[in-house]
Amino acid sequence: MLQIKDLHANINGKEILKGLNLTVRPGEIHAIMGPNGAGKSTLSSVLTGNPVFDVTHGEVTFLGKNLLELAPEERANEGIFLSFQYPVEIPGVSMVNFMRTAINEQRKYRNLPPVSATDFLRLMREKKELVEMDNKLANRSVNEGFSGGEKKRNEIFQMAMLEPRLSILDETDSGLDIDALRIVANGVNKLKSPENASIIITHYQRLLEYIVPDFVHVLYDGRIVKSGDKTLALELENKGYDWIKQEVEGK
Amino acid sequence: MNDGRDASFDKFRALGFPTTQLENYKYTDLSQALSIDYGLNINRLNVPVNPYEVFTCDVPGIHSYLYFVVNDGFYPVNDNRNDTLPEGVIIGSLSEVSKLHPELVAKYYGKLSSTKNDGLVAFNGAFAQDGIFMYVPKNVQLDRPVQLVNIMRSDVDFMANSHNLIILEDGAKAQLLVCDHTVNDVHFVSNRVTEVFVAENASYEHYKLENTHNKTTNLSTLLIDQKDSSNVLANVITLHNGLTRNMIEIAVNGEHCDTTLAGMVIGDKNQQVDNFTSILHNKPNCTSRELFKYVLDDVSKGAFTGKLYVARDAQKTAAFQTNKNILLNRSAKMRTKPQLEIYADDVKCSHGATIGQLDESALFYMRQRGIPQKEARLLLMFAFTADVIEDIRIDALKDRMKLLVEKRLRGELSKCEGCVICQ
Ligand SMILES: Nc1ncnc2c1ncn2[C@@H]1O[C@H](COP(=O)(O)OP(=O)(O)O)[C@@H](O)[C@H]1O
Ligand SMILES: [Mg+2]
Repeated sequence: MLQIKDLHANINGKEILKGLNLTVRPGEIHAIMGPNGAGKSTLSSVLTGNPVFDVTHGEVTFLGKNLLELAPEERANEGIFLSFQYPVEIPGVSMVNFMRTAINEQRKYRNLPPVSATDFLRLMREKKELVEMDNKLANRSVNEGFSGGEKKRNEIFQMAMLEPRLSILDETDSGLDIDALRIVANGVNKLKSPENASIIITHYQRLLEYIVPDFVHVLYDGRIVKSGDKTLALELENKGYDWIKQEVEGK
Repeated sequence: MNDGRDASFDKFRALGFPTTQLENYKYTDLSQALSIDYGLNINRLNVPVNPYEVFTCDVPGIHSYLYFVVNDGFYPVNDNRNDTLPEGVIIGSLSEVSKLHPELVAKYYGKLSSTKNDGLVAFNGAFAQDGIFMYVPKNVQLDRPVQLVNIMRSDVDFMANSHNLIILEDGAKAQLLVCDHTVNDVHFVSNRVTEVFVAENASYEHYKLENTHNKTTNLSTLLIDQKDSSNVLANVITLHNGLTRNMIEIAVNGEHCDTTLAGMVIGDKNQQVDNFTSILHNKPNCTSRELFKYVLDDVSKGAFTGKLYVARDAQKTAAFQTNKNILLNRSAKMRTKPQLEIYADDVKCSHGATIGQLDESALFYMRQRGIPQKEARLLLMFAFTADVIEDIRIDALKDRMKLLVEKRLRGELSKCEGCVICQ
């Protein structure tokens, strides 16, 4: 589904991703862990086409298409969704209008007619219930004045609305209490299917108790330096990252 | 109306047309616009157009009392929708009313404008012969908005001077919507002065919508006088124009007044808009809020001056001013100048001005949800202007403005195709 080969990316001339390789197949859940500043958010930005980053080398294919040639909105409509580490506040744009526009743009991309008002409202209600989102939030401007936890929940709500093929969750669990964490995990698990895949970027093993990954990768200094199964997450939680650093520098 | 003419003319001779040498006009160069040899309709030529036949208003549900000023003359009313005005209300031609009710007109006419040291206002005093007159007697509340459509229609380059006089007695209530509209593709200058007197406990709303073509120079002066416990809202929106200068001065001469002054500009190509505004708090215990927003593209130019004056005994004044601007293009220019003069010590005043671009992180966030860049930009621009539209208290007009602003931002209203309100 997703193949990343020898990916290098810069911001303001500074290289952040330094030859990253990763393959994700349909139905898989990949966890990416790693110390602060390793390049995890950079990877999610580059995959979704954030123009702030320059890709200097490498290839990324998604469902057979050259992802790097597509505009951010095309990537989204091909089925890539990012739950932002820091969701953006957009004063004056209501959640309802935002979601309706997004849904209809996705449908337009797939040559479908716009969603009917009743279907849209039903969909909104359904997905709000799924993530136990307060009705009030849906009537406000996008993320404006939302608490940290509410923003994260709103990301999962949007994910549920858009039903992506590949969802990338960038530290969606940070700052969530245990109840919110369960809700987020539940949202992700409900979307799990043999056709869909997820990349879960996290610092903590905690989330991985609810969402069981097929693979765990360690991203360090712009590269994936170690991969394993879910036991690797436990090991990282117990031992920290120093042994990884030593392993990498020892090589 | 003729009483002050000589004095105005003398004042104009001394002042001349304003130049950029003057502090108040430094952002707007009128020299080119005023260098054209314009016709002036001093002999009161009639214009062969009946606006009541040509224009039908389509603000759904606005049901206004509709009036026209064609060039510089009030067009005789022949719309039976206006028959149902509440008793005592007078709306009509200023020059006619000044013959029928000379004492009423004399009590107010020129009382605000003659105190202004301004070449354009003086020129208007010397040459304006007509305009709308509106009188709402004590405790009468108009059940529908009054709509005034200023139409510029001429086959040659033309300058129109008109003067509007609006009087609300104690406890009266009225809403006025002014639409500026041009018909022919010649150079127009309009120089319009509006004086508004809002007595105790009265409530007045003034909406101005400009959608003219780019050869139009629209010079407008709005002077409002507020007495105790009165309430004023002015909202000036420029959707399409050539060169516009709005001079707005609201003098709060009573206690416990509330004042809202809002405005929006959407400019592109070489359009220019200068809103030169003053709110003068002369009495204590009043509140005011001012909000202006500009979206400028191409080589358009915007200017905003927000003068906020709080007199020494205007204690407990709460006055807030905001001017926010988005430049969509490097060549667009915005000048903003808050000008606070506060002489009272027990007040709450604030001002803020920003000039920026669309928020790139918000744009990316929307694109990540599948919304194309163009649409995302539009949503952000529309969101940016939303609070000015919220400051419209006529629902039908508010809904219509949402639509017009969206059309304008989409570039579907790129030229004046007849007054958008009155197509
Ligand atoms: N906008 C930016 N400008 C400059 N440097 C940046 C920017 N964003 C991220 N970086 C740098 O890129 C590196 C990787 O950051 P990031 O991908 O956010 O790490 P992670 O998500 O793994 O904590 C860090 O050194 C960070 O300082
Ligand atoms: Mg990060």
